[in-house]
Amino acid sequence: MPTRTFIDAIRETLADEMRRDESVIVLGEDVGKKGGVFLATDGLWAEFGDDRVIDTPLTESMIVGASIGAAVNGLRPVAEIQFADFIFPAFNQIVSEAARMRYRSNNGYGVPMTIRAPYGGGVHGALYHSQSVEAFFTHVPGLKVVVPSTPYDARGLLRSSIRDDDPVLFFEHKKMYRSVRGDVPDTDYTVPLGKAKITRPGSQVTLVAYGLMAHYALEAADRVAEEGISTEVVDLRTLRPLDRDTLLDSVRKTGKCLIVYEDNKFGGYGAEVAAIVAEEAFDYLDGPVTRVAGPEVPGVPYNHVLEEWFMVNPEKIAQGIRTLAAY
Amino acid sequence: MAVTGHSDSTLGGTLGLTEVDMIEMYRLVALARAVDERMWILNRAGRIPFVISGQGHEGAQVGIAWAFQRGHDWIAPFYRSIATCLTFGMSARDIMTAQYATASDPSSGGRQMPGHYGSHEHNLVSVSSPVATQLLHAVGIALAAKIRKTGQVAMASMGEGSSNQGDVHEGLNFAAIHKLPFIFVVENNGYAISVPAAMQVSVADVASRASGYGIPGVVVDGSDVLACYAAARDAVTRARAGDGPTLIEAKVTRLTAHSSDDQQTKYRSAEELATERGLDALPHFREQLRDAGVLTGEIEARLAAEIAAAVEDATEYAEAEPDPDPANATRWVYAEDVHNAEASL
Repeated sequence: MPTRTFIDAIRETLADEMRRDESVIVLGEDVGKKGGVFLATDGLWAEFGDDRVIDTPLTESMIVGASIGAAVNGLRPVAEIQFADFIFPAFNQIVSEAARMRYRSNNGYGVPMTIRAPYGGGVHGALYHSQSVEAFFTHVPGLKVVVPSTPYDARGLLRSSIRDDDPVLFFEHKKMYRSVRGDVPDTDYTVPLGKAKITRPGSQVTLVAYGLMAHYALEAADRVAEEGISTEVVDLRTLRPLDRDTLLDSVRKTGKCLIVYEDNKFGGYGAEVAAIVAEEAFDYLDGPVTRVAGPEVPGVPYNHVLEEWFMVNPEKIAQGIRTLAAY
Repeated sequence: MAVTGHSDSTLGGTLGLTEVDMIEMYRLVALARAVDERMWILNRAGRIPFVISGQGHEGAQVGIAWAFQRGHDWIAPFYRSIATCLTFGMSARDIMTAQYATASDPSSGGRQMPGHYGSHEHNLVSVSSPVATQLLHAVGIALAAKIRKTGQVAMASMGEGSSNQGDVHEGLNFAAIHKLPFIFVVENNGYAISVPAAMQVSVADVASRASGYGIPGVVVDGSDVLACYAAARDAVTRARAGDGPTLIEAKVTRLTAHSSDDQQTKYRSAEELATERGLDALPHFREQLRDAGVLTGEIEARLAAEIAAAVEDATEYAEAEPDPDPANATRWVYAEDVHNAEASL
């Protein structure tokens, strides 16, 4: 089976989908000749031309707003926001428009649009090239939010996202683009939205993660395994809709739940996971639902010492597991 | 509608409009006004909770929308666009069920406030409340039309206050770069709720901003229905020929308060309101058609009766239509195949 980097899987999937369906277009900043600042769209412009690979002005609201209109008139746009940190000028178009179009028109209109955005820290990106923005969007009914962690999932989930009839936010951790490799079959497989995956079975603690943290969670689980703690890792893959069954089945089995996310802790996505576990698996818990997440500062600082201080890493997660397992 | 007894008038003839066309345009202006006036009566009678009005805008809306091809071209309207929506195919019942927020309201099934019209059947994009967002939707529709080579033209309309939003700049710039078949219509009624245009717009005419995008900007008298049609027809011709977008600013008047929750005498003088009455397109168009011999007493009487009946019918229909069922309130958050999975969220 061919091995691919995370970004190769994304680029090849975009090309595949554009070949398969001529209504798929790509638009964003520098996505054309340059192929994107991370090269996620490299080669698309050469193959599909100006009409289907569009270099936009620096106008995130327009990128999303025009994608909504294009979707209304028969296309399936894949919009790229160059960094997730820059998605906020498009917030109104995403939340007020794309998310509500189907509901407010009583199914008169839908918005089959995918918004791709690199997110996450650990790459010396500082406050404005490191953010995790998923919690702003997982709050919103009408949106789907996907955060893959492997090349296999990136390919299968991106296919599902592009083919979905509703707006999907597809967040790619930029640190994984070239550091994560994996097997990717050359078949037309999909990974369904809304399905989590148990990436490591275990019996004593359920560790819930997504994106880069899904990798760190596995590393942390390895570390504490040497100390005799058996950890089950749940890679959520899709944050909305959440796969409650896989999550709750695991927690009911282990009786303990630790949620890991890179965003700052307060009001982050993991808070919702914790609330659901508390509401629906309380009788099975023999310890508090806990979280390991980023500190309460408004962004990742640049200096490498400060960045390391900010970032969740395998050792911080391992410490969280040890603390929880002791209950 | 049968119209006999008159040769083609020179009025409208140079525009390619027949007498039948002009009588239908007049009917739409008058129907929009009559529906609108009924809405206010129903609001004051306690039958409907909220009204946002298009009175004073109808002439410009009908004249401009008439230039587009119904069922082919696209319009992203705004909350005063009753006449636009009627011209593009919606009915008095469609407008009135939105006032009552009935289950059968085609715009939203009773989910949105009145004024937030939309119809996939008629290529009218669903309206939201944050202003100017719809401009980008129309630009995207025009982009898709260009890529798919459908020959469609897309129009977005809004007031001069809304035209200050950043989305307008982003959208006009992109539409101009790509010469998209897009038309931006500003219905300038001089007020953004209570704030006069002089405090909203740094120039006398929003249309003058078009030069910043290298596109034509046209100012047209919104009380002159045929002039509005002419401006839109030229813009549509340009758009369809691949010559890019046009900005049309129609100077209109707002005959009512901003909404049923506004008291405009607090910020507009009685003199001003009396003067602005003179800018109403409805009597102006009526006189014009009478003088040209297009609108005979007989036709006028028949139209008046038809319109009164349509308003009565729409009101009675909407009054009797059922409210939406709360059991369906969670539907259509997503495409229906995932409804059941998401409902448990």
